[in-house]
Amino acid sequence: MSIEMTLHRTRVTSAERSHADKLATRDPRAEPSLVRIAIIALAIAFLSIFVVLPLIVVFAEAFGKGLLAYLSALSDPEALSAIHLTLLVAVVSVGTNLAFGLAAAWAITKFDFPGKTILITLIDLPFSVSPVISGLVFVLLFGAQGFFGSWMQSHDLHILFAFPGMALATIFVTFPFVARALIPLMQEQGTQEEEAAISLGASGLQTFFRVTLPNIKWGVLYGVLLCNARAMGEFGAVSVVSGHVRGETNTMPLLVEILYNEYQMVASFAIASLLAMLALITLVAKTVLERQIDEDLPHDH
Amino acid sequence: MTIEARGVVKSFGAFKALDGVDLKVANGELLALLGPSGSGKTTLLRIIAGLEWPDAGEILFDGENALDRGARERHVGFVFQHYALFRHMSVFENVAFGLRVQPRSIRKSEAEIRARVKELLDLVQLDWLANRYPNQLSGGQRQRIALARALAIEPRILLLDEPFGALDAKVRKELRQWLRTLHHEIHVTSIFVTHDQEEALEVAHRVVVMDKGRIEQVGSPSDVYDSPATAFVHGFIGESIMLPVEVAGGSVHLNGRPLDLAVDGAATGASTLFVRRHDMVIGPAGSGTLDGAITHVRSFGPVQRAEIALAEGAATIEIDAPRDRELRIGDRVGLKPRQYRIFAG
Repeated sequence: MSIEMTLHRTRVTSAERSHADKLATRDPRAEPSLVRIAIIALAIAFLSIFVVLPLIVVFAEAFGKGLLAYLSALSDPEALSAIHLTLLVAVVSVGTNLAFGLAAAWAITKFDFPGKTILITLIDLPFSVSPVISGLVFVLLFGAQGFFGSWMQSHDLHILFAFPGMALATIFVTFPFVARALIPLMQEQGTQEEEAAISLGASGLQTFFRVTLPNIKWGVLYGVLLCNARAMGEFGAVSVVSGHVRGETNTMPLLVEILYNEYQMVASFAIASLLAMLALITLVAKTVLERQIDEDLPHDH
Repeated sequence: MTIEARGVVKSFGAFKALDGVDLKVANGELLALLGPSGSGKTTLLRIIAGLEWPDAGEILFDGENALDRGARERHVGFVFQHYALFRHMSVFENVAFGLRVQPRSIRKSEAEIRARVKELLDLVQLDWLANRYPNQLSGGQRQRIALARALAIEPRILLLDEPFGALDAKVRKELRQWLRTLHHEIHVTSIFVTHDQEEALEVAHRVVVMDKGRIEQVGSPSDVYDSPATAFVHGFIGESIMLPVEVAGGSVHLNGRPLDLAVDGAATGASTLFVRRHDMVIGPAGSGTLDGAITHVRSFGPVQRAEIALAEGAATIEIDAPRDRELRIGDRVGLKPRQYRIFAG
């Protein structure tokens, strides 16, 4: 019976679709073809100038002196150190924000508590603050004249102009991503499956790992992906706290700027090309993940 | 297992969902909580399951305080209105879930779990769906899987929230009979929530009618249908004609005209006369009857339904009459209730 019904449904939809096609030709909302072509051409031109062209320039400059020059630029110790540092910062901040984002999204969507709206607003704060300000906050906190400055100096702790400061600034800038990816998804899914799990005797941890996490795994990956892209690409906040010690506290985006200012075009654009590739991969992965998340949303109404 | 609620109160902000509910459920009983939406029936069910906590009052299972224990320890099978099947698990894993999350000390072996799940899927007659996923099932199939999943933990109580609410009329009818038969087989104390009176009257041993967080009446299906305790129950269950009447000096008046009805203890003053549609007998217009003219007649099934405009514009009512007598539009008739009740207000 169910097969019959499915067949029937498909037939109806295809009939509807062809009907819709016929209607489309005299759709009162459809623009004249000339206008349509003009609008599409404008969009393509805009995209080409602002997205495609810069991308081509990056790769053209990077490979301008041949593949060998490109590879040697990337294997330069300064470049390797920047890549290493960038990956380290990304791992630390993505890891931290994964834990934070999961906890925040879980708390916000599965429980009611006072101050919930304030928490939601606070999560969005880094999006509305200039990255430079985000960096400066840490200078004010941990700098020599800063709030914790003298205490830190007396205990010989180095946060500013060192790895911990850069990680902190990146964590701050990227913390909305995981939570933001999960909150709408978890809100849509509701709490019924968790309630069912608990009434079947599952503990809180069992419920989380067996029911909640599998339902949101694509959303988690999506958040991690965007968080990672931002963590690796962050310039402003990291620039303020890095101190630009060559070979030590330069991340890839910072190194790109330094090399560019020193007219080392191939080296600068070689690093930039890595960041551009990261962006492209992120874009593709994002599209794939969005499709998966859509399947996890409840459709059975 | 017996269930008892004592003085249960629950508010959500300013909204009082339960306003002092007392209820006893006998062992092995199949009970329906019936009421309009917002009457508190689902809240009561969730409090019994431990998914919600009362602001005041007690819940007792076999005389023991159940509020000491969380939902996890209560051993209650709960079937959710929208089934809440685990969407990323196969039907088999859904049913097995309650067995797999048991503490290691009492957990069954894999072979035992498989056998038990198979047994449950056989019970709900859906063993052939074991490898499907919830989104590949029809509504009725999901409902039965949700029930099998709840039964897997051998619950002491089975609670069902609007078990047939999201299904179409035909499937609903089939599942109703099926649930009654199933309950007869497994004999677990069961409570189900519904807003559909037909469902409650047809399936349950006893019906609890609720309104605005209070219990209006508890009784067998025939009790609540034939002798409604309150105006709300009369209006909510079965199709009733309601007419505003005045009780004065031992007689009942409609628009100032006396009716030939006994008052039997109804309070004096403004009241409401309740009559079932099929309890109105059509006769000649005369003194003491409800007089009016037929304005519309429709015949279907075993009855004909006549719309009658009562004299002096008191009201227009619909009655069900047997088909042995031909009714014509424009006929003047007198109606006499065979059975009726008068409630104050």
